[in-house]
Amino acid sequence: MKHPIIISLLFILLFTAHAFALPINEYMLDNGLKVLIVEDHKAPTATFQVWYRIGSRDEKSGKTGLSHLLEHMMFKGTKKHGPKTFSQTVKRAGGTDNAFTSKDYTGYFELLASDRISLPIELEADRMQNLILTKESVLSERDVVMEERRMRYEDDPQNFVMEEVFAAAFKNHSYRWPVIGWMSDLKTLNPDDLINHYRTYYAPNNAVIIVVGDVNQKEILNRIKAAFGSIPAGPSLPPTAIEEDEQKGERRVYIKKEAELPYVLSVYKVPNITHEDGFGLDVLGSILSDGKSSRLYRSLVYEKQIAISAWAGYEGFSRDPFLFFSGATAGQGKKIEDVEKALLDEIEKIKNELPSAQELQKAKNQVEASFIMQQDSIYMQARTIGSFEMTVGWKFIDRYLEGIRKVTPEDVSRVAKKYLIDEKKTTGILIPLAGGATQ
Amino acid sequence: MKKTFSHFAIILLAVFLASQAAAGPLAEREILSNNMVLLHAERRVLPIVTIVMAVRAGSIAEPSDKAGLAYLTAALLNEGTKKRTSREISEAIEFVGGSLSASAGADYTTISLSLLKKDIDLGFDLLSDILMNPVFNENEITRKKKITKNWLIQQNEEPGAVASIAFSKAVFGEHPYARQVQGTIESLDRINRQDIVDFHNTFFAPNNAIMTVVGDISRDELKALLNRHLGTWNQKKIPSNPLPEIGASNSATVIRVNKDLTQANIVLGHLGISRDNPDYYAITVMNYILGGGGFSSRLMDNIRDNKGLAYDVHSYFSANRLSGSFQAGLQTKNESANIAIEEVLREMERIRTEPVSDKDLQDAKSYLTGSFPLRIDSNSKIAGFVLAVEFHSLGLDYVDKYPLLINAVTKEDILRVARKYLDTKNYVLVVVGNMDKIKLKY
Repeated sequence: MKHPIIISLLFILLFTAHAFALPINEYMLDNGLKVLIVEDHKAPTATFQVWYRIGSRDEKSGKTGLSHLLEHMMFKGTKKHGPKTFSQTVKRAGGTDNAFTSKDYTGYFELLASDRISLPIELEADRMQNLILTKESVLSERDVVMEERRMRYEDDPQNFVMEEVFAAAFKNHSYRWPVIGWMSDLKTLNPDDLINHYRTYYAPNNAVIIVVGDVNQKEILNRIKAAFGSIPAGPSLPPTAIEEDEQKGERRVYIKKEAELPYVLSVYKVPNITHEDGFGLDVLGSILSDGKSSRLYRSLVYEKQIAISAWAGYEGFSRDPFLFFSGATAGQGKKIEDVEKALLDEIEKIKNELPSAQELQKAKNQVEASFIMQQDSIYMQARTIGSFEMTVGWKFIDRYLEGIRKVTPEDVSRVAKKYLIDEKKTTGILIPLAGGATQ
Repeated sequence: MKKTFSHFAIILLAVFLASQAAAGPLAEREILSNNMVLLHAERRVLPIVTIVMAVRAGSIAEPSDKAGLAYLTAALLNEGTKKRTSREISEAIEFVGGSLSASAGADYTTISLSLLKKDIDLGFDLLSDILMNPVFNENEITRKKKITKNWLIQQNEEPGAVASIAFSKAVFGEHPYARQVQGTIESLDRINRQDIVDFHNTFFAPNNAIMTVVGDISRDELKALLNRHLGTWNQKKIPSNPLPEIGASNSATVIRVNKDLTQANIVLGHLGISRDNPDYYAITVMNYILGGGGFSSRLMDNIRDNKGLAYDVHSYFSANRLSGSFQAGLQTKNESANIAIEEVLREMERIRTEPVSDKDLQDAKSYLTGSFPLRIDSNSKIAGFVLAVEFHSLGLDYVDKYPLLINAVTKEDILRVARKYLDTKNYVLVVVGNMDKIKLKY
């Protein structure tokens, strides 16, 4: 406790390869805590974020939803900062705070005037280790999460379908269960499992700090060292490898539920963005789905007028191979079989005919423009850096932009042919049950 | 060579001006010769430009039997002009990774353009084209109506939307604020092409519009673009149509919507205030303490943190130009609907009858004033903020005035506005959920 805090600077990387690349500075503290800082002086505000390498992917069958429930519990108080005070303290400083949990990570953030940045540094360092978790408080917050689950999934027909589709698409990989957890697991939750989850995964060597905003990096780094430097590293967590077994044919699920319009969602197993086919899949998603000039909107919504929305997209930023999505909501009186066929026709078309040079350039321009435009927001910059870092490493940002630029029309058709096939596909169909509202 | 030099000089000048103007107003305001209000904030850090326009052509301007007219007109602006088809418009803007959209609200229609600086000329060309030359082709109208009707049908899948639609209808009665901007399936059928053409001709004019431009663009560049692309946009006389009075109800109204859901979606509230009400700031502080302040609010503390009854519970005053509403909302499992409603009413009554503590008051003030920098820390936030400031005539010194207005609020003010603007007897209560399980006591 009384030792002076000695921190070594491992390395600093400053990217200037592209005019508007993010100038990310990386530091590593002795206890394994990585710190990424971007100075952005557009406005006198800053965001402070702590990301932990823990999500529903790392949970066990029968105990799903622990990472997300723990995210809720992180606002419950420590010895130093009593119950209910976390958000109130941030708000009193004119800040806002929140958190998010995904299948691969959990993140916490504060946004506030940059001259008040010391506050979240101190608060986050405190709750990394000193959270007070009682059985009663865990069970009470469990009830809140059950309400959240009812709102987001049980009473939302399309989200309900998505949950069923994930569960069918993955047989043995933990991506099969929802981040929020199954209702049955929440009901039988043992608070000790949650406490254990916190003790295991919340340690500096399993976390990354991201700061973006009107800060001086030397100064902020010193403050971070002072607050986090004395937190001991936890036992090293061996990387958990989970491999999904090969699928042998299409899987289909049907969901009958009170709803108004039929809906189809098809997912295809694909590699993540670090694979050589990742960039092609990303561009494929953009050509099919980005904007009103995209193929699916043009065909299903505008020309055939059988769907009110149609979309596709590649989710490549995940630790393990995940999914390429495509879906559509049928218009009233339209058959979901016809909608599904129209969706498939577009996928077959791009397998057999190369996309035009114009389409390809448009997709690339959209990626580049959105990369620059999101820098308008310090929050979005930090979110981008974090989601890269947690899945494929932040240095991949540059390779990503390069990779997108190099995609050819042949790449797009080739990856469509390789991955958008029955052997990788799971489809969910929502069959609306007439319940109707009565007043 | 000469051109490059002058460009360089302009940048230097801009940097100089920007540093000089650090403590000045957020944007420069000018009324153009065609009477359009122009608000410009030059911000050179990123090579992007954001434009947000408000045209006073919201649903309050449409006849009551043609609900959805303002919505359709806005939605059809970028579906074909004299120069371009619907597809050519979306191809052009999406090819450069930009976005151009239009949508109607109750008070005004918003048109938004955002793109890279290098494409700004194309952006202005498209913007002026959809503002001045939309053709409202019959096929596009049919298509848009069909999608809108389907969208209205799909809203029934969202319990929160069902509740809030029923709530507005009950609170605002005959006033246009009672309606959904998208209209109804029946009212959409009553709208023909001529209605849309007339609505556009009547209300889309520079003297009925505010334009906010934020980003990597100088005053001179902006003026040149406006001259080139909107120089022929002429002002016209805008008719004002009388609107029905909004009468406060003097009895409680309970609306039950039975659906097979696991949760009851609850909205409880009544008429509120218009944005120009001088009590707006006292109400802002009062509502922060009641249900606007997230985890600092009493509703959240009581209903979520202490009782575990809901994930989301909040209250807010939505203050529009002519009127507004107060509403508290939450979702809870069907079986706990009654207790949750009871707690909402209890907290409303408490703030009406007991003075708030010094700490509650101070906490609310320090958040509301201290968070102000976050409301204006990006181009897109500045554009939206400045637009609202202009639309509600708050003055460009609002950034400086706001903390004074908030800090002037006293405990007595809070008690007074809570008594005046919260009603625990004559409210509208909407409950959407499984009525057999809810067993509503109200």
